[in-house]
Amino acid sequence: MTTLAPLVSGASVAFWLLAPVMVLAALGMILAKKAVHCALCLAVVMISLAVQYAALQAPFLFVVQIIVYTGAILMLFLFVLMLVGVDATDSLVETIKGQRALAVLAGLGLGGLLIFAIGNAVVGRPLGLQSANSDYGSNVSGLAALIFTRYVFAFEATSALLITAAVGAMVLAHRERLTKKKTQTDLVSERMRRYAETGQHPGPLPTPGVFARHNAVDTPALLPDGSVAESSVSATLQARGTVLDAAELIIPVRHTVRAIGTEEAVPQESYEEGPYSHSVSAHRPGPGEDDRP
Amino acid sequence: MSANSYLVLSAILFTIGTVGFLIRRNAIVAFMCVELMLNAANLSLVAFAHMHGALDGQIAAFFVMVVAAAEVVIGLAIIVTIFRTRRSASVDDANLLKF
Repeated sequence: MTTLAPLVSGASVAFWLLAPVMVLAALGMILAKKAVHCALCLAVVMISLAVQYAALQAPFLFVVQIIVYTGAILMLFLFVLMLVGVDATDSLVETIKGQRALAVLAGLGLGGLLIFAIGNAVVGRPLGLQSANSDYGSNVSGLAALIFTRYVFAFEATSALLITAAVGAMVLAHRERLTKKKTQTDLVSERMRRYAETGQHPGPLPTPGVFARHNAVDTPALLPDGSVAESSVSATLQARGTVLDAAELIIPVRHTVRAIGTEEAVPQESYEEGPYSHSVSAHRPGPGEDDRP
Repeated sequence: MSANSYLVLSAILFTIGTVGFLIRRNAIVAFMCVELMLNAANLSLVAFAHMHGALDGQIAAFFVMVVAAAEVVIGLAIIVTIFRTRRSASVDDANLLKF
């Protein structure tokens, strides 16, 4: 423990800097609405914990905390969040009436109990780990000596646990195929049947609109009559409401056409079609793009 | 640096984890709260190791981490399986414990 100033050690600086951050991040984790924000707050708590471990003379746990918890476990959480849907927010309706208030009350009770019970449980100065760490040369060697002598059976059991967990995850995540896989022939005949029954176009979907200023996937294509081709934008973007407004797309084009029209004294009518000639026709297929399931 | 401060911080984090587990309904977030509780316990273990000048507490924290890793793998696999059949990650929707 290095002494920075009289009675102030590096460990206490780390503690008093990071303890408020940890408590705030933990509160943010249980209060954030979106699960991704919860995961990020948890990452803050875990990294701060790693620093606390370093301050408590546990360099091995410092590294393990960052690699295993922040690196592996939290990334696993984020993967599952992406699988389940990042947008899925908690519903705020209480199924059990008054459960939230009671939970907070119980939490306050538990916290008070814990803090008053153990808050002053330890008396005397901590011994520190200098001698324990230097017994075998370093912290890692000391831990290894303990793991492979006194705790060797627990360690063996751990390996069995990890293998069981891996096999269990494989079994749980494996999905049996209940129906036959659709071949290309099936897909084509399905598409043609849909065309015969509902008149749905059997070709690929129209590409997004291409304009002088916009050609991203959120730009809807315009049909020759100026209306929006609904199928030219992904349904996900439409559900999120991030699709560009087609009317706004036309306005600058119309302005430009009007400006040119007045300067060169060209009859307005001949350019009235102008804006729509920029739009991608719904019947022009993109090269090899087929979004049909 | 007295060990008491670490114990109080650990108790606060554990309490926040408990409250979060009780009030959150998204299964993944509830699971994160469990992780927070495990981490809080780890902090007190490491603080005690520092207090008593022995490495056994750090070994215990290490084993907790290993068990937590295994637990997360299985728990998330269960959540994904439930999500696949129910299209929801809310703990209220998984009220029938049958296949």
